[in-house]
Amino acid sequence: MTTDRTDYDGPVLECRDLSLSYFTRAGEIPAVVDFNLILGRGESVGLVGESGCGKSTVALGIMRYLGGNGGIVGGQVIYKGTDLATLGAEEIRQLRGNEISMVYQEPMASLNPSITLGKQLMEVPLYHEQVSEREAYERAHKILGDVKIPDPERVMTSYPHQVSGGQQQRVVIAMALLSNPSLLLLDEPTTALDVTVEAGIIELIGELSGKFDTSMIYISHNLGLILATCDRVNVMYSGVVVEEGSVSEVFDHMRHPYTKGLFSAIPLPGADKTTHPLVPIRGQLPLPHERPPGCYFGPRCDFFERGRCDQATSHGTIEMFSVEGEAGHEVRCLRWDDIDWEAYQPESLVGEPLERGKEVLAIKDMRKYYELRDNSIAAMIKGERVRYIKANESISFTAHECETVAIVGESGCGKSTFAKVLMGLETATGGEIIFNGQDIADLPVQKRSPEQVGSMQMVFQNPFDTLNPSHSVGAQLARVIRKFGVESDPHKVEQRVMELLDLVKLPRDFARRRPRQLSGGQKQRVGIARAFAGNPAMVVADEPVSALDVSVQAAVTGLLMDIQRTYRTTLLFISHDLSLVRYLADRVVVMYLGSIMEQGTTDEVFAPPYHPYTEALLSAVPIADTSIEKKRIILEGSLPSVMNPPKGCPFNTRCPRHRGTICETERPPQVELSSGHVIACHIPRDELEKMEPVIVQAKKARPAVE
Amino acid sequence: MTEPAAVVPRREPVLLRAVKSMALMRESVVGMIGFALVLFWVLVAIFADFIAPFPPNATMISFAAPGTEAPDGSTFWLGADHLGRDILSRIIHGSRQVLLFAPLATFCAYLVGIPMGLAAGYLRGKTDEVFSFIANVILSFPVLVLYVIVISTFGASAFNIVIAVTFASAPGIFRIVRGLALDLHSREYVFAAETRGESTAWIMFVEILPNARGPLIVDACLRIGYVIITIGVLGFLGLGLPPPDPDWGGMVNDAKPMALAFPYMAIYPCIAISSLVLGFNLLADGLREVSLRD
Repeated sequence: MTTDRTDYDGPVLECRDLSLSYFTRAGEIPAVVDFNLILGRGESVGLVGESGCGKSTVALGIMRYLGGNGGIVGGQVIYKGTDLATLGAEEIRQLRGNEISMVYQEPMASLNPSITLGKQLMEVPLYHEQVSEREAYERAHKILGDVKIPDPERVMTSYPHQVSGGQQQRVVIAMALLSNPSLLLLDEPTTALDVTVEAGIIELIGELSGKFDTSMIYISHNLGLILATCDRVNVMYSGVVVEEGSVSEVFDHMRHPYTKGLFSAIPLPGADKTTHPLVPIRGQLPLPHERPPGCYFGPRCDFFERGRCDQATSHGTIEMFSVEGEAGHEVRCLRWDDIDWEAYQPESLVGEPLERGKEVLAIKDMRKYYELRDNSIAAMIKGERVRYIKANESISFTAHECETVAIVGESGCGKSTFAKVLMGLETATGGEIIFNGQDIADLPVQKRSPEQVGSMQMVFQNPFDTLNPSHSVGAQLARVIRKFGVESDPHKVEQRVMELLDLVKLPRDFARRRPRQLSGGQKQRVGIARAFAGNPAMVVADEPVSALDVSVQAAVTGLLMDIQRTYRTTLLFISHDLSLVRYLADRVVVMYLGSIMEQGTTDEVFAPPYHPYTEALLSAVPIADTSIEKKRIILEGSLPSVMNPPKGCPFNTRCPRHRGTICETERPPQVELSSGHVIACHIPRDELEKMEPVIVQAKKARPAVE
Repeated sequence: MTEPAAVVPRREPVLLRAVKSMALMRESVVGMIGFALVLFWVLVAIFADFIAPFPPNATMISFAAPGTEAPDGSTFWLGADHLGRDILSRIIHGSRQVLLFAPLATFCAYLVGIPMGLAAGYLRGKTDEVFSFIANVILSFPVLVLYVIVISTFGASAFNIVIAVTFASAPGIFRIVRGLALDLHSREYVFAAETRGESTAWIMFVEILPNARGPLIVDACLRIGYVIITIGVLGFLGLGLPPPDPDWGGMVNDAKPMALAFPYMAIYPCIAISSLVLGFNLLADGLREVSLRD
């Protein structure tokens, strides 16, 4: 059977009317309906959609990995002319890993922690092709070079935990490529990685199909990554593909209202919080067994036509229509041809720019060191028993009333430590934090007055973790209200709970609900309500939307800004998402390894002159806009450990604009380029000012998207 | 535990919610068998006075075989022991002791183990080191020897059995709670409680403990089963409840010298112990099975 496939020159993979279902206590759940795909040799196709749209199920269905309660209920998966349903378990097993490989989101979960990476890599050719040990080693060694791992020998003898997350994912990709597969499935391969690391992996994936002649299916929720890696794209919504076509067709001339909605909900360059705010998609993704008749997107669509879009067909949902003049561009919308996109003005909150008020927070030379006791004999001899981990070094910035200050940085940059010191869970080692006129740097939360605690609160990252699953929403809000001494009379507390629910636009009966009965976005709204219970002057938002779906993200950021407008709150927005920061923030602070690299207004930070780190960050951000051209700056190496930071400039080990020994020995000076715009770098001022912008909007006219 | 009642008065009553979660158990056959066994013994214990054909300590015909007619015309269904007491009646009345002291002792062990485990798992550091050390020392000691020492020193009484069982089970519970608390302490809702200045006790008992309840309920069911065996063993060693009140372990002990001649004296109390322990174990399995779904 394998011999038939080697000289096959038709499409590598074909899915014909594929329908996949899960069978649960509640009955059959149709996860994917009528999925069609033709994937040619060396072609890469993106599956994009929000969580629950069935994109991962498609990949698992192709691999026949659906598990005990899932199965193919209709249609065929044809791999190089062979219907996979006709293969037995052993043949499928031969196919997996040999001709079809898969790369998952968590690299650490794909690697066996107790076997060296070399051995795990060698296992693939040893098992599938019965080659000699020697040959297996050579192939593993070569493939590590192909995925651009700088020192393959060391990585071969390392265990997974001994290499960085980015390198782990490279090893996983190498493992998937080892048997020279014809088809590679990538399921959100970079979601767990930092932006600068992600950029490297994306570049690698982009090169793979050309180099190895491998066809790829790339699954992601991030439109920017699809643009960077794929030729064609399938946009999925609620188990069906709603639009399919080449990347440029779909990104520039999208026809489906859902695709349009997705693009309006993400912060592309050009979006602006006052003049061009993001447009959330209203409503929620329907549950698979509660899909509406006719068009599944109907209830959320601005172009919904009663009597036409809600008519069930023999298929169930409506069928795909080909867009005339654009071969291969198909759209599952009855009205694709008669929607006038030029006249479409979605409702959004356009508001006046906010006047910033008095200074609320001033941080002066704040430092946070953690002590680490070293009990080794070597340390005793040297007399260095105590070492310091410098989690935050000389942090200085200010925030004003009604202002949004963003702290940007990758994992390990010290932003979480900073938030802890600010909230009083840790006390600062030195420096001052002046909040509302009082120094709170040395004041742990227990010693702060209820007003002080209530006037600075936090919105957390993970919606599934932010509320206590054991208590009702109302009880949790009520507790905060009492704790901050806002109200104590039971009726007034209840009144206030209701007001808070109104504030975050949730129905009042949510007070009785348990967190598990709420969707991710709703939980995050409750989290916001909780933060605003004590009428705070400042709210620290730690990646408040990064775990939410795109359409919900827009709604939650919109809500945050709306409340800020009403209460003139200062927002301290901690994020790694530079697109969102550009959209949302008034001022930006860029941190790296505990130190501030650059700070200034959003316009100053996002335009040259840049700090070299900011420049690299900006170039790493995937942007879902075909007219944007970026300079490619891929950072070498991985983030140094905070335990053992580099001497001199913290960024010198990875800096593409390294200037020699001065960077390795001296801490860079704070260069004030204009009032408030500070860059910590050794590069002389005039050279900094000669920098070119990283992101350039090409001249090509874009059809109305924003 | 500390729900502000004024805000959420319409929450379902605890009893109704308990019944609803029990209704979920119907999905697990094993769980239902366990539940039926436990329920059977609970009903027997409650209505012992009505069900038992004789008073438990009434002496009639020694070594009467099962089926023998009693002086008052009724039957010794399971026979009578060396003092002429009806074995069935003694098993029925003995269930009261077991079903009172096993849950009570388990409860006391939880009363000790939960706060220590929460403190160790949430505060970590020195507290954890000290508590874990104590727990390890107790766990490394042979339990049976411990029982013998405690009870032979302080005398055999229900109270001392509860103390001994608490002492021996608390470290195991400590470890489970500590593990759960270690996992839960880094959740964002705990962090949120810290940032609003909640006390350590509040965070431990209101934020963390309720979210550990699932595994703890399963463990409690298993543990009651083990304690029933322990009480049986103590009775068998003659360290159980003082005579003449019926005690399943004690009944087996009484039968020891003559078990070959009169096997029914030992077999029926053993079946009683096994069925009740099995009931609790199956119930625990069922609870685990149901909680793992969804």
